[in-house]
Amino acid sequence: MTRRVAILGAGPAGLAAADAALTAGAEVILLDEGERIGGQFWRHHEQLTDRRMQHQHARFAQLRRAVGAATVHCEASVWRVDADRGIRVHALLGPADASGREAITIDADALVIATGAHDRALPVPGWTLPGVITAGAAQALAKRDGATIGARTVVAGSGPFLLPVAEGIALAGGSVVEVVEAAGVGAIARGWGRAPWRLAAVAGKSGELAGYVGGLLRRRTPYRFGQAVTRIHGVGGVEAVTVQRVDARWRPIPGTDRTVECDSVALGHGFTPRLEAAIQAGCDLSTERFVVVDDRQATSVASVFAAGEITGIGGADAALAEGAVAGFAAAGGALDDRRIRGALRARTRMHAFAARLDTHAIRPGWTSWLDDDTIICRCESVTRARLDEYAAASSRAMRLATRAGLGACQGRTCGRTVETLTAAGVDFDRRPVLSSIRIGELARLHHAEHKEQE
Amino acid sequence: MRIAVIGAGAVGAACALALTEAGAEVIVLDRVGVAAETSSRCEGNILVSDKGPGAEAELAILANRTWRELARRLDGDRMPGQPATEYEAKGGVVVAFGASAGVLADFAATQRAIGIRAVPVSAAELRELEPHLSDAVEAGVHYPDDAQVQPSLATQAMLARACRLGAEFRIAEIIGARHAHGRIIGVETPDGVIGADAVVNCAGPWAGAVAALLGGRLDIRPRRGVILVTTPMPQRVFHKVYDADYVGAVGSGDAALQTSTVVESTPAGTVLIGSSRELVGFSAEQLLPPLTEIAAKATKLFPFLADTMLLRSYFGFRPFAPDHLPAIGADGDVDGLFHAAGHEGAGIGLAPATGELIAHAVLGSPAPLDPAPFLPTRAGLRSAA
Repeated sequence: MTRRVAILGAGPAGLAAADAALTAGAEVILLDEGERIGGQFWRHHEQLTDRRMQHQHARFAQLRRAVGAATVHCEASVWRVDADRGIRVHALLGPADASGREAITIDADALVIATGAHDRALPVPGWTLPGVITAGAAQALAKRDGATIGARTVVAGSGPFLLPVAEGIALAGGSVVEVVEAAGVGAIARGWGRAPWRLAAVAGKSGELAGYVGGLLRRRTPYRFGQAVTRIHGVGGVEAVTVQRVDARWRPIPGTDRTVECDSVALGHGFTPRLEAAIQAGCDLSTERFVVVDDRQATSVASVFAAGEITGIGGADAALAEGAVAGFAAAGGALDDRRIRGALRARTRMHAFAARLDTHAIRPGWTSWLDDDTIICRCESVTRARLDEYAAASSRAMRLATRAGLGACQGRTCGRTVETLTAAGVDFDRRPVLSSIRIGELARLHHAEHKEQE
Repeated sequence: MRIAVIGAGAVGAACALALTEAGAEVIVLDRVGVAAETSSRCEGNILVSDKGPGAEAELAILANRTWRELARRLDGDRMPGQPATEYEAKGGVVVAFGASAGVLADFAATQRAIGIRAVPVSAAELRELEPHLSDAVEAGVHYPDDAQVQPSLATQAMLARACRLGAEFRIAEIIGARHAHGRIIGVETPDGVIGADAVVNCAGPWAGAVAALLGGRLDIRPRRGVILVTTPMPQRVFHKVYDADYVGAVGSGDAALQTSTVVESTPAGTVLIGSSRELVGFSAEQLLPPLTEIAAKATKLFPFLADTMLLRSYFGFRPFAPDHLPAIGADGDVDGLFHAAGHEGAGIGLAPATGELIAHAVLGSPAPLDPAPFLPTRAGLRSAA
């Protein structure tokens, strides 16, 4: 009998999973919340997107053709995943703000969770000014709409992701004043060798990263290491930033401040995996809070597989390889099958690249650039001082007293930062319902099931 | 006299406060922290409306008065790290559909007989109290004394006040007890023994397990409850509004899922929607049936809710006593051991009165009402165990 595989997320990992599962003979149902498939990496618009920002476009085109054989639901809000008595996925179809969305329930033999990651921005005094966005948002704006947030942008944070963001802003017509990387030259030399774009050759990433650095050089954009934006200035909008040298623990070094004029800032300090669906399905997490998987990308829950950033931040190439393995295994394929050999090799290679991303991991000293009145939870305007006041309470008590993480984003933006500042496991990503749903939509499921029983 | 209070939920915090105010040396122990579990996962009800004549109603009437005064005291003199209780005497409106209107009217009459203000309201008056109520609702009863606190904040406030008066709060898990001559003389934690002249078990749904660790006996079980929270909106619900079938569900001992609608606004602008009751142990599985059934019933009461967005939902475990009365007082077997648990969904409301009863049991201070019906040694609790 044909196995039915449901896949959550149509980014690189989910698309590769769908392709591989189809190859292995499964029936595939692919769900994604976006307007169209591709995820953040291949975020695009048929008319507005600049082709130069579509990396590995040929691969995307191939995957897009391949998933023509799958049932694909875009604009699908998956709101509940149950895996304790067989796999059942509940979703609503249509724009999230539309009424009258169609409810679907999918029963499957296997599930691949490929929900990706949010980009993360650390708070900085002044980061709530208009003109400050996350690096991921700047990239999405450039890719999807060919637009920029301002005319002169400082790109700051950590990790190689800052490079394509700077490139995207430039291609969309903006000017990048500086790229500010918190990891120091020493740390980068230890992590990557002398130059990241050269050492990334291990993973076959050299061309891509060298291209970005070449772009920076051509446009005479400084690429600073061991520095951070520690304050953003302006009245009613961004006017300048303070850039400071930071030590190996990312503590700002007094007396090293420079003022850099700009009208916008893109902040990116790595990524936070989107674990909610995996947690709801019951998957075990590692102490670093990634989904634990084995060689087959199988999680701790029977018939549930995971791939991409939720299993470890590794970028699109790692996601493609893991996705292919996950999809193939979910469809019942064996790892010694020659059709999956290429993906297995690529996965090994890309994990070596991913390990090097640790060089850019957030160091604890960043908290010393916060002021007492720096807003940490933006939805509810909760300041650092307010969090400190309740740092000794239990996590739920702290949240309810400060309201941190109780606003519209439900801690998706501030969660990890609140955990850092209060030294508590807040567990924001454990929730009974995964996405926005109307009370009436919940009620309809009750009525439908009630009728079924009658 | 040194007293160890186990559990920093609403009942533990209230007991610690009452004991400290009565002059005892108190140490509060919790394995996670203040208001980490049930008291941060409930609605903060301070109700008289759901109590029929009996011992619990007497306790509820007393606690209702006590809360009014306690909230004023706590909120009038706050310190850093002590949140406001968000006490609000908003009143409750209980409504009935169709034939149950007669049952509700009869129930309200018995309540009036014991001094609860229960005012029958006509369909027109109902619309004045709650303009967005479904047209299908024809009768109701208004309970002006029903009130609410934000339960987590109120718990934190009570504990903060107790600590300010000299109580100590420590995060520690209880792993055993020390006894001498049939009397408890301390509790064991992974970091060592904490000596005490008396121990008060306020461990909520875990109170049965803690009682056993301490050598005592108490039959308290977890009963799961799910709550839905909408996104903030301009206020459209003005009282605690609930379906008359809530009263039946509270008193039920049925293990299967029961839901009854409770809807109210919070100061943050969200609407809380409850409630469900299930005896499923400490399980996190099979949450969809309660979530969807609560949603279905709530939209029947307030049709506008159908189009509002769910912001989050959560579930907690209430301490369920088989005979539906809290267990407050001395353990039957171990001298120096006391229990204050089993309040199920009424723990927040009954907490201050429970604290006074514990101060009476442990220190001999005046009892605010007859403690006998609540004693853990009562037949109803013993026979069920």
